[in-house]
Amino acid sequence: MTAHAEQTAQAVPGAVQAVPEAGTDRFDFVLGLADDALVAAQRLAQWCTHGPEMEEDIALANIALDQLGAARLLLTYAGELEGAGRDEDALAYRRDDREFRNCLLVELPNGDFALTMAKLLFLAAYQVPLYTVLASCGDERLAEIGAKARKESAYHLDHASLWVRRLGDGTDESHRRMQAAVDEVWPYTHELLAPDPTAPIDPATLRVDFDSVVSGVLAEATLTVPETAWKPDGGRSGVHTEHLSYLLAELQVLHRAHPGASW
Amino acid sequence: MRDLLLAGNLLHPLEIDVLSCNTWGMYGNDFPADDTAGGLLGEVEAAEMALRAAAERGRHGSAGADPAAYFAEVVAADQKVEPRDWMPEAYRATLIRQIAQHAHSEIIGMQPEGNWITRAPSLKRKAILLAKVQDEAGHGLYLYAAAETLGVSRDELVDLLLAGRQKYSSIFNYPTLSWADMGTIGWLVDGAAIVNQVPLCRCSYGPYARAMIRICKEESFHQRQGYEILHTLAHGTPAQREMAQDSVNRWWYPSLAMFGPPDTDSTHSAQSMAWKIKRFSNDELRQRFVDMCVGQAEVLGLTLPDPALRWNDERGAYDFTQPDYAELMRVIKGAGPCNRQRMEHRRRAHREGAWVRAAAAAYAAKQANKKEPAKQKEKVA
Ligand SMILES: [Fe+2]
Ligand SMILES: [Fe+2]
Repeated sequence: MTAHAEQTAQAVPGAVQAVPEAGTDRFDFVLGLADDALVAAQRLAQWCTHGPEMEEDIALANIALDQLGAARLLLTYAGELEGAGRDEDALAYRRDDREFRNCLLVELPNGDFALTMAKLLFLAAYQVPLYTVLASCGDERLAEIGAKARKESAYHLDHASLWVRRLGDGTDESHRRMQAAVDEVWPYTHELLAPDPTAPIDPATLRVDFDSVVSGVLAEATLTVPETAWKPDGGRSGVHTEHLSYLLAELQVLHRAHPGASW
Repeated sequence: MRDLLLAGNLLHPLEIDVLSCNTWGMYGNDFPADDTAGGLLGEVEAAEMALRAAAERGRHGSAGADPAAYFAEVVAADQKVEPRDWMPEAYRATLIRQIAQHAHSEIIGMQPEGNWITRAPSLKRKAILLAKVQDEAGHGLYLYAAAETLGVSRDELVDLLLAGRQKYSSIFNYPTLSWADMGTIGWLVDGAAIVNQVPLCRCSYGPYARAMIRICKEESFHQRQGYEILHTLAHGTPAQREMAQDSVNRWWYPSLAMFGPPDTDSTHSAQSMAWKIKRFSNDELRQRFVDMCVGQAEVLGLTLPDPALRWNDERGAYDFTQPDYAELMRVIKGAGPCNRQRMEHRRRAHREGAWVRAAAAAYAAKQANKKEPAKQKEKVA
């Protein structure tokens, strides 16, 4: 890891910031973002043909496509940073769950529509400020990806916010379901924003944005943030929930059954 | 890409969307623009030009005292019947039935391909397939909007589908058992859909004709991506090749059956022809499809599973084995391998989404109430 950290620090002029030897280097960082997007895309794609209305099938597929598009750009870049000849498919299809760097939030099962919207709200509220910072960072590739993905994430945030408000302030049943979803998913937001001063972008610096957006939406939706000290994490270091391995089994099954084939 | 332009342009004689096909978007600019559909895309464009020309010519006269005669005149002059025009009730009912069945087919048709999105073998293929299935949802909504111009609501039509009182294309009652089926569905099923639908671009009912022009353009990209999947498989490893051939073997006859029963048994055809809703018979379209596929199968290096398939010089067309129409009738009546599964899937999504739709309606009502006092004040003032 140290070797390619040095390599990439040389290879890309105008680095985001100096990369310390033992910290989160750029490959790990980009891989984390890529895996967030890839796993989120896979979960959203599972909704296809199951949506509560036809327009929502289209909207969720759109968001899945955006996440998948970002994942492909980020994986490709991660592969280049690593310099070991792995392309987007090698990284997506031939790593095991312990090598994935996504946050736990995105791998959680879809649950009902309220749970999916809670996950999307928190993910988008994290990705919007993240991609915004990336868009003006010194790494040209990341800046390009950030600029593109930021606009898409802003739409995801709009979409999730609208639904969280509708469900929170809709019927008694939808309110109950939406509050239960927020309660269930909220603890996983801590991992998104856990401080990592060695990372190219310290996630803790996104907290102000995240909090103001999320608290605004939840208040309008007549929802509350649960009080809990539980802060599950481990995704960024490859220690996941039990769910990820199943998700990857499905994602990778066909590709792995035909080693060396092209599609 | 995000803005769904629905009913608006269906009503306007001159507006047809520029191509916004998502499948095409996923390909990007490296997508070759050649026409796998054997010149059919050219026919779509010709139909679009004819439609514009007719709109610019304008229709002569007006309905006046004899609306039935005027309707006949409009149809005879290859002008378009528009939603507010008088039309025979049977014409309206036929169109509603046909457009609804078409819309339902797009929506149910998302399931067999949706089945492979999460397992697509490369990220590029996953993106293309997801975009394609999303396109089909868009087609469904677009067609429901076209049906609504005839005075029926989408909710009513969806209820008829869920109650089993309206049909969708029987082809979607077959299972997708391998990745190669994504290729074959694109090549054969979207291909047959195009052959069926290209003549509808000249349908006498304006909103349907305009919807078909847009949809046919997208379907030709769908067909192309399917063909490309099969081409890759057929030129891949022995296992991939076998997967491709097995898939073509399973889908060939059901695809031929998509054109419906033979002309001798077709119940709706003659009147629909007279009204210019339909322009070619089932058998004519089926022949056209076979003639189109033979050469393409050769390029793919795959075999169409019909030992009797051979060129007939006299007819200037291929002789081929007819699909099993008894099987078609069984599948139409509900006994296909996946009828129950497809319907239960649709019903479950509808049922499980009910609380979400109720919440959206309740929220909208609350928002409207908040605005209401302001409106009332305006009225007083
Ligand atoms: Fe379609
Ligand atoms: Fe299609």
